[in-house]
Amino acid sequence: MQFSLDKASTIALSKVLGNTIKLSITAITVCANLVFSNPLSANEVASDVEFEVSGNVALEQRYFFKDALYSEQLSHSQSSFSVEPELYWQWNDGSDSIIFTPFYRVDSHDDQRTHGDIRELAYIHASDDWELRVGIRKEFWGVTEFQHLVDVINQTDGVEDFDGEDKLGQQMVNLSLVNDWGIVDLFLLPGFRERTYAGEEGRLRGPLVVDENNVSYESSAGQQHLDFALRWAHSVGDFDLGAYWFHGTNREAYLSPSPKASSSSLVQYSLQQYYAQMDQLGVDVQATLGDWLWKFESIYRSTGVEDFWATQGGFEYSFIGVFDSNLDLGLLMEHSWDSRGEVALGAQGSLLQNDLFVGARLAFNDMQSSEILMGFGSDLDHNAFSFLIEASRRFGDNFIASFDVRLLQSNEPSDLLYTLSNDDHAQLSLAWYF
Amino acid sequence: MLTKKLLIRVISALSLLLVSNVSFALSAEEQKGLDISLEAKKRDLGWQDSTADMLMLLRNKQGQESIREIKMKSLEVTNDGDKSLTIFNKPRDVKGTAFLSFSHPVEADEQWLFLPALKRVKRISSRNKSGPFMGSEFAFEDLSSFEVEKYTYKFLAEEELNGLKTFKVEQYPVDENSGYTRRIVWIDTEEYRIHKIDFYDRKDSLLKTLSFKGYKQYLVKHWRADIQEMINHQNGKSTELKWSNYAFKTGLSDSDFNRNSLKRAR
Repeated sequence: MQFSLDKASTIALSKVLGNTIKLSITAITVCANLVFSNPLSANEVASDVEFEVSGNVALEQRYFFKDALYSEQLSHSQSSFSVEPELYWQWNDGSDSIIFTPFYRVDSHDDQRTHGDIRELAYIHASDDWELRVGIRKEFWGVTEFQHLVDVINQTDGVEDFDGEDKLGQQMVNLSLVNDWGIVDLFLLPGFRERTYAGEEGRLRGPLVVDENNVSYESSAGQQHLDFALRWAHSVGDFDLGAYWFHGTNREAYLSPSPKASSSSLVQYSLQQYYAQMDQLGVDVQATLGDWLWKFESIYRSTGVEDFWATQGGFEYSFIGVFDSNLDLGLLMEHSWDSRGEVALGAQGSLLQNDLFVGARLAFNDMQSSEILMGFGSDLDHNAFSFLIEASRRFGDNFIASFDVRLLQSNEPSDLLYTLSNDDHAQLSLAWYF
Repeated sequence: MLTKKLLIRVISALSLLLVSNVSFALSAEEQKGLDISLEAKKRDLGWQDSTADMLMLLRNKQGQESIREIKMKSLEVTNDGDKSLTIFNKPRDVKGTAFLSFSHPVEADEQWLFLPALKRVKRISSRNKSGPFMGSEFAFEDLSSFEVEKYTYKFLAEEELNGLKTFKVEQYPVDENSGYTRRIVWIDTEEYRIHKIDFYDRKDSLLKTLSFKGYKQYLVKHWRADIQEMINHQNGKSTELKWSNYAFKTGLSDSDFNRNSLKRAR
């Protein structure tokens, strides 16, 4: 339920595959080293490998209520189809495993949304007090619901959905150490992923398209910069705590208008992506006190362009068995703050500088796992709001139908939401799980 | 090691008994009810850890069925509630979802949920005891580990049930978040196994009946039922639990019950 409105160019599948092949070779080498350096496990490998396939295929239909604001954009209806199988092998009683999760989406209009990714291709070795994970993976950090401020490892797959919760697979070597005083994770992140953004025909974008071929980096190593992260996480009684330091390429690009080569005499503009280097410190805290969950996230980010603080904090309160039924009702409220304050469209900064979110989650606890989620976000510095409803239900044993409505409104022409104010839409999806 | 553990449990049970005696001055029926549960708990001590597969069959009034496939791993913790890891395999859309719980006899349990689509570990509130588990007729509290301290007791009678001599005991939940005012439990006098439980809702009317069938003994000590059937008298729905592949003392340890093991649970 994140309200990040970023879009970036899709990485060509070939690029992804190129990186992946390099990485999978690393993964296999590390895996082979581990297995064969340990004669005990080497003996057991062949005997006891378990293999499993699962995954889902989904059809999705979007309908935009209003005409497009920009001439190249699709008019009202957008369909797409996605497939995400998961292949899993484990041996040594689950101490060693390999997971492979490719993903592909075909979109009826937006050629940037027709894209593929390797969500996961990783080898994991688990020992009693340490774990090694090598390959392409997804790592989530954080506790809040309306914005995932501290979540930094994976790049956002911006074309996937409006909420920004979909992520691109990230190449990594991750060593996880379990101590009495918490879990320490070390990450080496080779190979940066550029964010995906809606293409010319796509909705949910500003007036200028982000150019996937016009990308520059602060680091001379460009996409090959080796990023690094160190995180500590621990549970102490009612508190779950996390803190980290990240050093490497900023996952959020600075976007600036740039003239596009054009055959006509008219100069057209698109947005250039600039990925700076950053150091980021982050903390996340959740206090679980009876029916109350108190949540707080904060980051301090330092780049060559700017230094700033941002926070996301709030609570979730649950009513169990409302109306004398099996229904659970959760009420959520969160506030976003960013030290950069209000910014003009096109300037660098945050959309969520002083925004309040309220939400309600209704779980029916029935056989079909029916659920409704409502969220309302409002900018307290000027008149802008967003509203969403997400409802889902299981049909039969293997189908999930979801229905989402998103409404965006802003009276402030400098607000990014203003450029999206014609993009109110409803989305229906049907997924088959196997 | 094992005898030491046992000794500690027995001593703590005895001290609890003493404390209870002193502070509440239990009636003979209350004392007998407590003694039966202490004996039942004592007889099952020392299983160390266990793994099992659980199949849940949910049936509604019209006879429509829905399946849940779940794997359970549990760790016996001396002088505290048990640790458990619950791994979901079916329905397919929740495959990979896992639930980690550190239960405590008196304080709130600590619970985390792993959501595989987002790779997110979420600490969740353990207050929800009365809510349905996965849309079934089992509430969360029906599936949590039995701790003597969770109830107060009253022995009702000796009764014959399915040809077995049983103790009929009334149990009153200590936790105010429980969905029940009381449970009536039938425990056989020979092996101290639970054969039937009647659950009474907050208005004290009969809500559900749970029956245990197909008891098997593991490691010449631990009795486990193959089938548990829960019938809801108020909505006509039922849920059947079928257990298989029970294993004990498999060598699980604390390291199998942390955030990392939750994330890779299968």
